[in-house]
Amino acid sequence: MSDIVAPSTTVAGPLDVAGTLALVQEALPDAKPVSAGPTDYLEVAPDQLIEALQVLRDQGGCDLLSSITCTDYLSYQGRARAKDGPRFEVVYHLYSTAQGGDCVVLHVPVDDGESLPTATPVYPGANLQEREVWDLYGLVFDGHPNLRRILLWEGFEGHPMRKDWHEAYYEEDQKPFRSRHPRADFARSEDKVPWGKNTRYPADWDPDDWQEPVTYVPVSQDPRSRNGAGDHLSTESVVVNLGPHHPSTHGVFRMIVRIEGETVIALEPDMGYLHRNHEKIGERNTWLMNMPFTDRLDYINSMSNNWGYALAVEKLMGLEVPERAEYLRVIMAELSRIVNHLWSIGFILNDLGALQTPALYAIEEREMILDLFESVSGARMMCNYLRFGGVHRDLPAGWAERARYVVHERLPRALDQLDDLLSGNEIVNTRGRGVGYLSAEQLISLSVTGPMIRAAGVPYDIRRCEPYGVYDRFDFDIPTLPHSDVYDRYYIRLLEARESVRIVQQALAGLPEGDILAGKGGYVFRPPEGEAYGRVEGPKGELGFYLVSDGKPNPYRYHIRAPSYINLNALAPMTVGYKVADAIVILGAIDIVLGEVDR
Amino acid sequence: MSLAPPNFPDLKTDQVESYLHPSVSVPEGLNNNVLVTTIDRLYNWSRRSSMWPLLFGLACCAIEMIATASSRFDLSRFGMEVMRPSPRQSDLMIVSGTVTKKMVPAIVRIYNQMAEPRYVIAMGACATGGGPFKEGYNVVSGIDKYVPVDVYIPGCPPTPEALMFGLMKMHQKVDTQSVTTADWYKREGSAFVPVPHLGPDIFDPRQADLIRAETMSGEAVAADTGGDRAEGGVPGGLRNLGEKAKARIAQAKERAAARLAG
Repeated sequence: MSDIVAPSTTVAGPLDVAGTLALVQEALPDAKPVSAGPTDYLEVAPDQLIEALQVLRDQGGCDLLSSITCTDYLSYQGRARAKDGPRFEVVYHLYSTAQGGDCVVLHVPVDDGESLPTATPVYPGANLQEREVWDLYGLVFDGHPNLRRILLWEGFEGHPMRKDWHEAYYEEDQKPFRSRHPRADFARSEDKVPWGKNTRYPADWDPDDWQEPVTYVPVSQDPRSRNGAGDHLSTESVVVNLGPHHPSTHGVFRMIVRIEGETVIALEPDMGYLHRNHEKIGERNTWLMNMPFTDRLDYINSMSNNWGYALAVEKLMGLEVPERAEYLRVIMAELSRIVNHLWSIGFILNDLGALQTPALYAIEEREMILDLFESVSGARMMCNYLRFGGVHRDLPAGWAERARYVVHERLPRALDQLDDLLSGNEIVNTRGRGVGYLSAEQLISLSVTGPMIRAAGVPYDIRRCEPYGVYDRFDFDIPTLPHSDVYDRYYIRLLEARESVRIVQQALAGLPEGDILAGKGGYVFRPPEGEAYGRVEGPKGELGFYLVSDGKPNPYRYHIRAPSYINLNALAPMTVGYKVADAIVILGAIDIVLGEVDR
Repeated sequence: MSLAPPNFPDLKTDQVESYLHPSVSVPEGLNNNVLVTTIDRLYNWSRRSSMWPLLFGLACCAIEMIATASSRFDLSRFGMEVMRPSPRQSDLMIVSGTVTKKMVPAIVRIYNQMAEPRYVIAMGACATGGGPFKEGYNVVSGIDKYVPVDVYIPGCPPTPEALMFGLMKMHQKVDTQSVTTADWYKREGSAFVPVPHLGPDIFDPRQADLIRAETMSGEAVAADTGGDRAEGGVPGGLRNLGEKAKARIAQAKERAAARLAG
């Protein structure tokens, strides 16, 4: 199958962040440069936002709007900010896929009740993230095509990420709670609420008067028909609901699909069925307490998630990581990438109808790697292995030999076997080739990252574009494939898994001796005021952590730029026009994990 | 020519021993051909030896559930490898992962669609009691707030071994049931669980009166019971506690005092 592989590893060079920011300042003299810890950003007024984004896209070369999020500065206790400033700040992170390098950051201060323009005309990928900001913070984006709740449901009372919104089990703003520590006068949270559940209702609300709100979902209403005006045959499109309990949605994900015959003519993703409030809980936790929570984001590969978070906090604190720890991180992250890609290949085939057999083969190798994880971290899946400035434990005796056996003997053969069995398979080819096509430009404008854009021929990989850890020391390729269809998305994962095997082989061979943890560790510490955005090339795409510290033992803002979630921007454009059976495979080839989609 | 080991009859006897009727014995000579047992034992044996789980995953635990079903741990040893996507065909719902408020109506609906006898396993810390996400605004602190649970499996996530242990406990429970006393054979037995609604927050129709009494009383309920640390307020919402909670707090304080004294 090597004829379709086009390994391409070069990028044009790091983006000149200061120069790009200067471009914006030139166009918009009102924009105010601010420095917050390790991050320099520009503060732009809401009415100038679109202009700034256009300058960045058209002149600055920032074609990827990576992340949009918001911070509520209501109870900020640091000294660096004026107390009377606008309450919210919407944060934009932009990159250049052609040049790589660091990010360009824009802040848009907005006060409560004000609105700001939507970025979707400039960057269509802003769609889902702006809906999330509306849902959780209640900020209105003027002109957004579909500004509905996304993680919660229509009719939910309040916007829960606001700092003054408290849930029924609320105790205190900061952990550890004084009721648990040191006095241990704890009480069951259920006992504090009359109905014993984690719910709260507005005063004067009567359940008998309540009616389910009817909301406008673009797909479920407005019946459309392509050939309904035919002379002899009148047809009507129907809405099919897939999920949230559906074996092919890889978790609790829901697709509302309008089909004409078998052809999908509109699709609307519905998520939030696993929204378990990582960010709200994370802003109450101490910095270190969040580490095990990151395990549960993309629960198939906890090690990469740990790394993304550790990287962001290390940026904030200016920590150096010992060399041995860097190597261990690379080994663990690449092993988990292999796990993820095997798993995703197995389940793409599941979606294609090859029920269970390829998945069983894939899971067999996964178990070998999970044994390695278990012996080094104590847990199979939720490893919680990385720490700020290093890793938690050193390798147990004999670990490296076992790992060498796995990456030299087992994995290359297993990948060859999957390749032999699947890549030439007729069903995989006929159902995969040409299905779910979207051009590279469209994918980038929809903020898609990871194997999805590499299968469209874009050699954008953060390990190469903005190297972190010690990735610059290893010899590996960034494989790309040209067709941007389901087959390429399947095959690129196989190729990437092979590259990961190469990296682990080299890392095991060059593993130095030495410390595994810099600094003094410790449970509670206070990073200096400021904000940082740390990103790693997760197996599903760019996994970013946006953190704001106000110098206290808890993160003031803890936001996860989840690749699964943002890649779903492309689901509807990719699926429309194909058969409904293809919708299942197209979703499978995006490779989502609901823990990360909904957080 | 038989491949059976020489002590095959003994082995067979050992295996069926536990299913035989405790008092009725078979005449000599019919031993190898006729077995006498009770309906309960036969029925429970067949039910627990082919208990089909619902193909239903919520979160991280579902990954371990899949791992349990795959080759290394091999759930088919228990006759449980046939995971049915349709609740109509399944006997066991493994609630594998965090139950969110948005998902709970669907889960209750699926539970109602399952035919009796049906069982529920709460797999992992989240399904048992909310787990690490308990305080979350969209998280239900335990599926047993809505549907009855037979077996709880601790762990985050439980290892496949733990899940299998839980399944064996489930089998033990099935073995203790009798068709004469089972709920699902009674006239009023199989009750539907009312499906909760997504209002301003999720609400259980069974609690509508309680909720109305509280919301109409004019006090904002459970909205902000905590004290602000910065203002030196009362921590932990100690104002509106139930009697049980107060008793537990008293006990904990005694324990702490005893620890300090000792």
